[in-house]
Amino acid sequence: MELINQHTKAIMEGCKERARAAGLSFTDESLEYIVTNRDLIELSPKVMIPTLYDYWVHDVEVLRGKGEYELYPHNPYETVINTRPPISFYNDNNPDWLNVMIFYHVLGHIDFFQNNLYFRHTWEYDFTGQALSDKRVIAKLRAEKGRWVDYILEFARSIDNLVGYHDELSPLFMAPEAATSSRLDYYFDVFLQVEKKLPVGEYLKEVARYNEAIAQNREEGERIFFAEVTAKYPEMEAHFAKSQNVKRVERRDLMKFLIENSEFLARDENQWMRSVLEVVRKTSIFFQPQIRTKIMNEGWASYWHEKLFLVDDRIKGHEVDFARVHAGVTSMPRVGMNPYALGMRLMYQLKENGDKGKTGYEFDRLSDREERKHFDAATGKGDEYLFKIRSNYCDYLFIKDFVDQEFTNRYDLFVTGKRLDPQRMVWQYYVKSRDANEYRDMVLASLYHPPHIEIAPERGEEGMLYLVHHFEGKQLVSEYIANTMVGIEYLWGAPVQLETSEALMEQPRGSSGREGVEEPEITWQRVVYTMKDKVLSRQVL
Amino acid sequence: MKDPEKYLEQLKAKGLDPEREARFREELAGTRQISTADRRGPFPDFSRGLYAWHDLAVLQDQERVPNPYQLHMKALDELLERDRQREKDGFPRKIRVGRLIKPGKGGKGKIVVVPSTEEEKFLHDPTIRPPGKGGSTGGSGKGEEGEVIGEQKVRETGEEPGQGPGQGEGEAHEMGASAYELGRVLTEQFQLPNLKEKGKKRSFTRYIYDLTDRNRGSGQVLDKKATLRRIVETNISLGNLPDPSDMDPTRFLISPRDKVYRIFSQEKDYEPQAMVFFLRDYSGSMAGKVTELVATQHVMIYSWLLYQYAGQVESRFILHDTEAKEVPDFDTYYNSRVAGGTEVASAYKLVNEIVEKENLAADYNIYVFHGTDGDDWDTGGDKSIPELVKILSYVSRMGVTIAEHAGTQWTEVARYLENSGLLRDKPDLLRMDIMHEDAEEARVIEGIKRLIS
Repeated sequence: MELINQHTKAIMEGCKERARAAGLSFTDESLEYIVTNRDLIELSPKVMIPTLYDYWVHDVEVLRGKGEYELYPHNPYETVINTRPPISFYNDNNPDWLNVMIFYHVLGHIDFFQNNLYFRHTWEYDFTGQALSDKRVIAKLRAEKGRWVDYILEFARSIDNLVGYHDELSPLFMAPEAATSSRLDYYFDVFLQVEKKLPVGEYLKEVARYNEAIAQNREEGERIFFAEVTAKYPEMEAHFAKSQNVKRVERRDLMKFLIENSEFLARDENQWMRSVLEVVRKTSIFFQPQIRTKIMNEGWASYWHEKLFLVDDRIKGHEVDFARVHAGVTSMPRVGMNPYALGMRLMYQLKENGDKGKTGYEFDRLSDREERKHFDAATGKGDEYLFKIRSNYCDYLFIKDFVDQEFTNRYDLFVTGKRLDPQRMVWQYYVKSRDANEYRDMVLASLYHPPHIEIAPERGEEGMLYLVHHFEGKQLVSEYIANTMVGIEYLWGAPVQLETSEALMEQPRGSSGREGVEEPEITWQRVVYTMKDKVLSRQVL
Repeated sequence: MKDPEKYLEQLKAKGLDPEREARFREELAGTRQISTADRRGPFPDFSRGLYAWHDLAVLQDQERVPNPYQLHMKALDELLERDRQREKDGFPRKIRVGRLIKPGKGGKGKIVVVPSTEEEKFLHDPTIRPPGKGGSTGGSGKGEEGEVIGEQKVRETGEEPGQGPGQGEGEAHEMGASAYELGRVLTEQFQLPNLKEKGKKRSFTRYIYDLTDRNRGSGQVLDKKATLRRIVETNISLGNLPDPSDMDPTRFLISPRDKVYRIFSQEKDYEPQAMVFFLRDYSGSMAGKVTELVATQHVMIYSWLLYQYAGQVESRFILHDTEAKEVPDFDTYYNSRVAGGTEVASAYKLVNEIVEKENLAADYNIYVFHGTDGDDWDTGGDKSIPELVKILSYVSRMGVTIAEHAGTQWTEVARYLENSGLLRDKPDLLRMDIMHEDAEEARVIEGIKRLIS
């Protein structure tokens, strides 16, 4: 693994200049490495971070990768990781014109990493450096504790999707001026709405009165405001005092909960396990935004590599080569869903909407189809709008807000179904729906969504950890439950229960059973799994 | 469409530089063809999830490896040791054995055996969903709602180009070395029983021609390494190489006699001694894990026999629903899906026909392994049992694996096999193993012991 040569670096710097001029923003430094295919095989299980901790499952993956490479030799040529400075890896056999395109794509990703707010918590530190020190911690522990380090790693990783990513993120967005006293919060959020059930008009009057009090006297405004409140509602203070004593139920992140509350982990001889858990938790939280912004990130990078490449003077004569590669990346498949293609088209649509001023109230108010079609306020704010979306959205909001009928019609999108024609024994792929709502639901359903599992300490018997899986129409993968719970039981040091929902299926089976002809009816039932002494039992509620 | 050859001539007439012409020629000759193993069917993107797309794969249109279950032999001993230690420490085993991947078809592909494991987590199961709510992905292009935009045959016809008759003849199955290794590991690590020597058939030889003998001065293929060695020897004896650590090949003198060629020569080859028939039920009811179990077990049995017979095993693969057909390779055998009914007798009958037609019983130790979920439309075994009896007249061992679906018990096949009394009367020849659909790896190996011992 070595840095790219000066010639290639000069190309990269040229790309940076042009990308900046177009409005992208990113740090000055970046590292580009030339890697061999072999390096890539060894890096990919570690999500391309050479300093990530060692773990035997990664070794298995590497061996697997080598086997795959033997069967399917290939030449992967680019991949980028979000760290400070950003690191990207390249194969050494790319022609210059191709590098120009790839660099733009990479710069798109880097701009996204460094400006999208879902990555906010990754901005301030160098993750590869952090990973290196973690790796050393784990190596040191392994020297002392042997294979038990790997068991703890394994158990930690089995619950690393249950980390409170949003809980980590939200405090980072608290604006200083938004800080208000808890009394004020209680008064407006709970007292007026829950206790007094004030009509909206009255409530707004009260808000206006508060604003006025603050405007007149910045320092004392709140005190003056509450003086009047107490006159009107003498019970308010007592209610407030009472509410302060009730401990707020915070959402609990299972991993953090175990680190903080497990008596087993708190024992002197087990303290070291906490550091392993911390490492796994941190790594997981670091990578959460990647998986939540797949469509946006790839769409954004593809949008910019196309835009910037086409106006780049250094690629004269390679327009056709570019078109071939680019079309392969961003063509909409007849069947399937390519995030590069989908994301890029949405970006173009939004840019156009922004340019025409189709983003405001005036446009939203229009109901006439023709008028909507031809609406053009020529505001020219497409870029500004696009950059705003790049900063503030994740895939879920991006799809939910912007995939509309106009978009699906424009690109002829539809939901594809697959069914069996039993007479002719063929699978038929058919246009299931062209309704934007169904298309949107289909995309949303395929997004990453870890199960919502909460800890309910008030349930379950003494010392037992009780987990509640909030049912969202999907059951958990049942084969994985036992081993995951073995790990949790170990970390908790006492039995664990999991309440979840399972499907009861009426499957037509037997010798005449034919796949896919009839879809099974599903009824859901609530069950509790108990893991005690590494033995799993199941009970229907 | 124009005839490409003619079109090329036209282009040439207009002026075409030699490099481009060479490239066109190459395209016409088809040598630039890439493997299409992972692009089977008209809509390969259908089952591709959102997160399967990534820069590496998309920007370069890289091949995707279709089957993630693998196992690597080199580190296997070590990994198995780790797994045993796990068991001692009180945790379930995690490393899987004996899964295969294979690109390409028609015995041209390669198989690499690598280890695999799964990291269990609480995850939503996408396969279980309310009716009408899924099995769908996106798409784009023309077409009214409800319009069929493409079809794919459920049954693979198996008529691949270039798969003429005779091609499979004598060709060793490409599982080669890694399967042999797997067999060794299974025998040694899992204490599978060694095969009894019972009336091995004589092994008879035939001659083939191969590029093995060396010849100086002339021949078919230049052996570069040997040639270079000769040149160095010549130059040392000529005193042309004063310092061996500082060679200057430009000063070498080369005698015509230095050139070493490989030439075709007669080679002895041994005919395989064992013929294994793998029979798999691929009817509609065989969905999901049952198929996986049966196929895994068959891979292991195959590997084990390969080890026992030192590579001299030939295998035949038969799939059946209500009709049986022979497929050319393990890849097809493993991957074919269908959704029809079941008639076990059809497969047995096909085995008998093949054995009779090719007179296999005289020259081979014959093994038959049949995997099914136990459903049979021929509920009483009226058709199957007579065929089975016929098989038992020449077979060295027949093993029937029944992987039961959850909720079923004592399936039709199990029942009629039991009722026929054959299991009791001929325990040396016929074995049955019934396992549950959620059986683990260890159970599968246990099953092999039961079938083979």
